[in-house]
Amino acid sequence: MDLIEFSIKTATIFVVFVLTLLIAMYSTWAERKVAGFIQDRMGPNRAGPGGLLQPLADAGKMFFKEDFIPALANKWLFIAGPCLAMLTALLASAVIPFGSTFRFDGHEVNLQGVESNIGILYVFGVVALGVYGIMVGGWASNNKFSLLGAIRAASQNISYEVAMGLSLIAILMMSSSLSLGEIVSQQHGGNWNIFYQPLGFIIFITCSFAECNRVPFDLPECETELVGGYHTEYGSMKLGFYLFAEYINMFVSSAIISVLYFGGYNYPGMDWVYTQLTDALGTQTGHNVATLIGTAVFFGKTLFFIFFYMWVRWTIPRFRYDQLMNLGWKKLIPLAIFNIIITGAAVLFLKPVITAWLN
Amino acid sequence: MNSSVSFFYFLSFLTILSAVMVVVSRNPIHSVLYLILTFFSLSGHYILLNAQFLAAVNIIVYAGAIMVLFLFVIMFLNMKQDQEETKNNLTKIAAAVVGGTVFVILFGAYRKSVIPAFNPDQFDSQIGMIESLGNLLFRDYLLPFELASILLLVAMVGAVMLGKREIGERHF
Repeated sequence: MDLIEFSIKTATIFVVFVLTLLIAMYSTWAERKVAGFIQDRMGPNRAGPGGLLQPLADAGKMFFKEDFIPALANKWLFIAGPCLAMLTALLASAVIPFGSTFRFDGHEVNLQGVESNIGILYVFGVVALGVYGIMVGGWASNNKFSLLGAIRAASQNISYEVAMGLSLIAILMMSSSLSLGEIVSQQHGGNWNIFYQPLGFIIFITCSFAECNRVPFDLPECETELVGGYHTEYGSMKLGFYLFAEYINMFVSSAIISVLYFGGYNYPGMDWVYTQLTDALGTQTGHNVATLIGTAVFFGKTLFFIFFYMWVRWTIPRFRYDQLMNLGWKKLIPLAIFNIIITGAAVLFLKPVITAWLN
Repeated sequence: MNSSVSFFYFLSFLTILSAVMVVVSRNPIHSVLYLILTFFSLSGHYILLNAQFLAAVNIIVYAGAIMVLFLFVIMFLNMKQDQEETKNNLTKIAAAVVGGTVFVILFGAYRKSVIPAFNPDQFDSQIGMIESLGNLLFRDYLLPFELASILLLVAMVGAVMLGKREIGERHF
């Protein structure tokens, strides 16, 4: 019994891991396709049909390049930098609920790596650690531009973490739970948090753009001021790890956005579909098929947000660094605090009135 | 030996080893990284004690925020290994005396302290969970909690005041 549960858990975590890597890999392809579409050109179309083998070709190229370590760099920390970036990026997907449960032989399997009662805090902690990969790598390169780029990236990350945490608090006040599974199941039946928290959502998505170092906040990398930013000295697969970690972060933050604000695997008409399927296919198969549809919906939402990241990247010009800091500290944080107060007042005074009126 | 006990010994070994390395390593950046490792193994201890909230907050606040600022400062100081200032013998003796005294005090306190026995059957394993922690903080310890937050606010205002550019000061 224990062994079965252990192997189920191991298999789930392995699947989550592989899925994260796969989606991040094809995000690099999708980024170029979207860029091509927006700029009215083809994008990659040589490797495989529609350029589908392009990510593999890129990985092969990265592996065969010279693995160079600068003479005066701190060797171990230079290697540890990209490893840390990759590690912290991959850690976060463990607590994301990809779907409801899967039933077979009397086992009920959660489509989630770890169901934890502090899920959202775990994600937040892992995001907070994402800074180390960049800082350690940037410092170990022993290069002024790398160091300045690392400092920029790190100060941007820790500034926007504050506003992000504050915008999350409004969600937590409504759900009164820190568990991601619980937050998703509370949004069942069209009760998506986006309808209650539009302001919080805007703050959250802005902060996640800044956390992922994406345009319009991709200040750490800047040819005119900082050469390549924190990865100036990197090449080969170490650079690949840094770039890949960015795409993993994008996937994880899109998944978190769809879990927190767009109901995760919930979709309108879910209960009707569930009863139809269980009537037609029996409780077990019907339940599993319904779960798979929910998971597909979840991935649809997540992929839409990944697309949104790319859309914004090829549409909006970037900020200046002082504008970035002013936006973070002087606009988003007061707005987030205002949002908390509004939410608190609404939960205290408005909610009883509305529930009394509806009943 | 059951698995949680072996986990405990492994984590304790890791904690003490990294804490010693913080003091021993010559490069300040390595010291900071070992300190982060120490915080991680402390969080592991919290998880073993079923206090997940404390573990997560420890990582977010200490490893995620405070140590990043430590790293910032040390990176900007640009310390090289060969520039280490030499300390004379008097400093070394004084440091040894102070450190030894602290060690003796800690050891004495450890000898005198009585560890209260607990009943494993009646022990509430959910006591470290966030719900019970919240109930405790916002009911029984509300006043100390609010006072602590006022203290933090005062510290924050002070930091802003110190960091503010005064009129007429050079604009960098």
